[in-house]
Amino acid sequence: MAYKRQIDRLPIIPADAEEFNVTCHYCIVGCGYKAYTWPMNRQGGTAPNQNKFGIDLSAQQYQETEAWYAPSMYNVVRQNGRDVHLVVKPDVNCVVNAGLGSIRGARMAENRPSKVTGTQAQRLSDPLVWRNGVWQPTSWDDALDLVARVTAKVVEQGSEDDIVVSMFDHGGSAGGYENTWATGKLYFESMKIKNCRIHNRPAYNSEVHSTRDMGVDELNYAYQDYELTDTIFMVGANSMETQTNLYLNHMVKGLQSGARFIAVDPRRTITIASSEQYAGAENVLHLAINEGTDMVLFNAILTHIVDQGWVDADFIANSTFQGGEAVAQDEAHPAGMGSLDYAMQTCRTSLDEAAGICGVPAADIQKAAEWIAMPKDDGSRRKCVTAYEKGIIWGNDNYRTIGALVNIALATGNIGREGGGVCRLGGHQEGYYRPSDAHVGRPAEYVDQFLIRGLGGVHHIWACDHYKTTLNASEFKRVHKRRSDMVKEAIDGAAGGTREQVVEAIVSAINAGGLFVVDVDIIHSQIGQNAHVILPACEANEMNLTSMNGERRLRLSEKYMDPFGNSMPDALIAAKMAQHMERVLREMGNDAYADQFKGYDWETEEDAFMDGYNKGNPEVTYDRLRAMGNNGVQEPVVGYENGQLVGTTRLYTDGVFTRHGREDGRALFAAAGWRGWQAPGKAREQAAHRFWINNVRANIFWQNQFLDQDNDFVQDRYPHPFVEMHPDDMVDLGLNPGDLLEIINDNGVTQGMAYPMPTLKRNTVAMVFGSPAGSQGNVVNPGVNELVLPDYKHCWGDIRKISDATAQTRSISFKSHEIML
Amino acid sequence: MKCNKLVDAGRRQFLRGGAMASVGAVAATIMTPEQAKAQALARVDYPANRLANIADLVVNEPIDVAYPDEDSPAVLLKLGQAVEGGVGPDGDIVAFSVLCPHKGWLLSYSAEDMTLNCPGHHSRFDCEAGGQQIWGHATSNLAQFLLRVDDQGDIYAEGVDDLIYGRLSNVLA
Repeated sequence: MAYKRQIDRLPIIPADAEEFNVTCHYCIVGCGYKAYTWPMNRQGGTAPNQNKFGIDLSAQQYQETEAWYAPSMYNVVRQNGRDVHLVVKPDVNCVVNAGLGSIRGARMAENRPSKVTGTQAQRLSDPLVWRNGVWQPTSWDDALDLVARVTAKVVEQGSEDDIVVSMFDHGGSAGGYENTWATGKLYFESMKIKNCRIHNRPAYNSEVHSTRDMGVDELNYAYQDYELTDTIFMVGANSMETQTNLYLNHMVKGLQSGARFIAVDPRRTITIASSEQYAGAENVLHLAINEGTDMVLFNAILTHIVDQGWVDADFIANSTFQGGEAVAQDEAHPAGMGSLDYAMQTCRTSLDEAAGICGVPAADIQKAAEWIAMPKDDGSRRKCVTAYEKGIIWGNDNYRTIGALVNIALATGNIGREGGGVCRLGGHQEGYYRPSDAHVGRPAEYVDQFLIRGLGGVHHIWACDHYKTTLNASEFKRVHKRRSDMVKEAIDGAAGGTREQVVEAIVSAINAGGLFVVDVDIIHSQIGQNAHVILPACEANEMNLTSMNGERRLRLSEKYMDPFGNSMPDALIAAKMAQHMERVLREMGNDAYADQFKGYDWETEEDAFMDGYNKGNPEVTYDRLRAMGNNGVQEPVVGYENGQLVGTTRLYTDGVFTRHGREDGRALFAAAGWRGWQAPGKAREQAAHRFWINNVRANIFWQNQFLDQDNDFVQDRYPHPFVEMHPDDMVDLGLNPGDLLEIINDNGVTQGMAYPMPTLKRNTVAMVFGSPAGSQGNVVNPGVNELVLPDYKHCWGDIRKISDATAQTRSISFKSHEIML
Repeated sequence: MKCNKLVDAGRRQFLRGGAMASVGAVAATIMTPEQAKAQALARVDYPANRLANIADLVVNEPIDVAYPDEDSPAVLLKLGQAVEGGVGPDGDIVAFSVLCPHKGWLLSYSAEDMTLNCPGHHSRFDCEAGGQQIWGHATSNLAQFLLRVDDQGDIYAEGVDDLIYGRLSNVLA
């Protein structure tokens, strides 16, 4: 039976409730919300002068009203040490979302920790140290002293290369400029940690190296470009599901104004189905290519555009490189770069050739080229905005494939102009401000393999859960657990010893192949099960946090509640860790090294912001951002005039391209030569197994479900990770809807729940990514590209039933996701 | 865009809003301590409203109803096979609010797969699974009514299991 909250009324926001600007914690779009708080012993009334809306709430409110909030938008939280009512609801005045809330963001209030309502009881409240066979709660000083002593000792006897760091680089949630700066300062300035990785991939690297090497930053447009364009060209993305209000509030407006929609995806997504409704099926072109063949498709589209003379010759002459090869292919550059002519020598692909490889009709590829670039009847150029995401970022041959896509935008002059842009859509918001990472090198170390090989002695983890979000996860888990268990046993064996004796026991275990694990997170994560010290962090709105969205819109999301228990912002945890390092190193007599850990005398997250982001962007302060409200300012900020920060609507309007750092300001084309499956082991795996295991997202979950795993509304819908399958494949395997199954290959095993999806191709399944109850990473092979970008999307396996439907899975809906109007 | 038969009795009136809304009297009287206590403890008191008689129902043909008052549009459905929460001799009679809990658009019924669908942003709810959102943007499943059938076959609504869109109290005060 569907989950119901059995709520028949909610407290009314009083007219004098406190109001805060909130940017949604979750996806890249960064919808604007307003938070309202007021004392527990009061509420507003239905009369217009008694409530925040100034509206008669004794009457039914109508469609799209501002004067309503769902039960998920309400909670009771702690603010300045006392309980208060909280409502967090979408902001109708925010240009990003215009009052729309997504199924993720509109649950922000419900997903706050509350000792009164019992929500998110999983949140960590105190530092924990492994002692006496369990995690014992303790003080910050006690926990950080142990972290600092072990870390310092391991560096002293070896080097900083023995410290491995996994750290988020995103905005929103618990990321943002404050927290990326603090962790960056600790590991890239005080230390020079080389063996580090990012939250969702096994190395410290860009996901979009090639577009940057071509001179084109990956976030170069404004969301309004979707409303101004003639064609939306979407590749490997599913925005209705994952950038929901970008789709509903911007793309749909474009589609309803006559824009056409091209989708490149092996699977019919909900975005394609909805676009047919909004634009008319005749204005939607779905290129359901064979998995991993995107680059060939792009090359054929480019070739057709070039051969038909539909390129933007002026743009190419003025803004792109003209002299043949500019950058040769080498270890750090998996494709050469240069002029259009140079690139065409490699990219040239006929429509028929592409049709054969991609498995779609040549006529459809030609149609795509026409919709992108064929001039209109009056001779004017078509505008096209190109959007891409994990389908190719986590796909086959990342570097060249993204390069091939950006080639099309460059050749047609669709960058830096209204209705144009070639952008990744993004996952989290952005919020990266760190000292240089040049010492990490390119290609960067494949850190998960480094750990598997037994290297590194101390592992600091900041809000990363490799168990759910790495490839080759089965082996990673086995090794990480074995190595960290060695240290747990050493600690258990040293029970009753002094701090010095315990540290000595830990270091001995490390020297024998063990791994000392420090986990900073907001909840007990899965990899955190291996930790020896767990440090409780807080999230946005439990602290002030600045981030930017997918059109570079920077906002301050304000603190409206206390951090849970004794948790604190990552920025201040990093600062405390540095201070303990300094103290311990001084005790050890290493003053020179201790001095490197100075400069963390921060009281608040704002201090971290001023120490980092503000130093590079002196116009930007908390006060000024607060005044800019939920519409913020689009980066880069170029001034401050008349009490307003002045931003940049879109990049490259002057036709000068700079992201590659070249002084000539000219963009480069990529020589994107097709070479089949690029990552090791993929071709063999494909040949050996029946099913392609596509790795997909769903709108209802935020990322790896770290909060949603404790949200009844979400877990009621999908008690197990869904594995969507064609019904005929289910019949073949004797599977009914809701049956539990396992996916098996040489890399490992994972499990999920069969969900019939008639629109899928046969012998493919779509499994939700990053689930705590079944990680798809278990069955993804270790194959990466030259720059250590994982190819999560390409994985093949066999499927077998493990159980009939459970009581929970039997009762859920298995109907088609597509609208029936 | 193909369009199934909308559940549209009162639709225009509803979207226009206001005209039918009763004027809520704002009680400004001072309550006695007993009254205050009683109010503090109570959930809202739901009326028991007759929606239809079993004889009025045809399998898979929705009837437009309203509950707890005329400003809260809903459908009454006989699904043809027993479902959880269903009443009547066949255990298959259910009723749901038809205001999408996302943004309050009026849902339309698809007889093809017994779902309620939002034309605004494409959320979908399963009438055979307690109004569970199949896919969509709402953060609640669809509000379902607690039904009772009396000896004469009259079907009464007597409660609602989640907050109805557009009101902060299911029973307007």
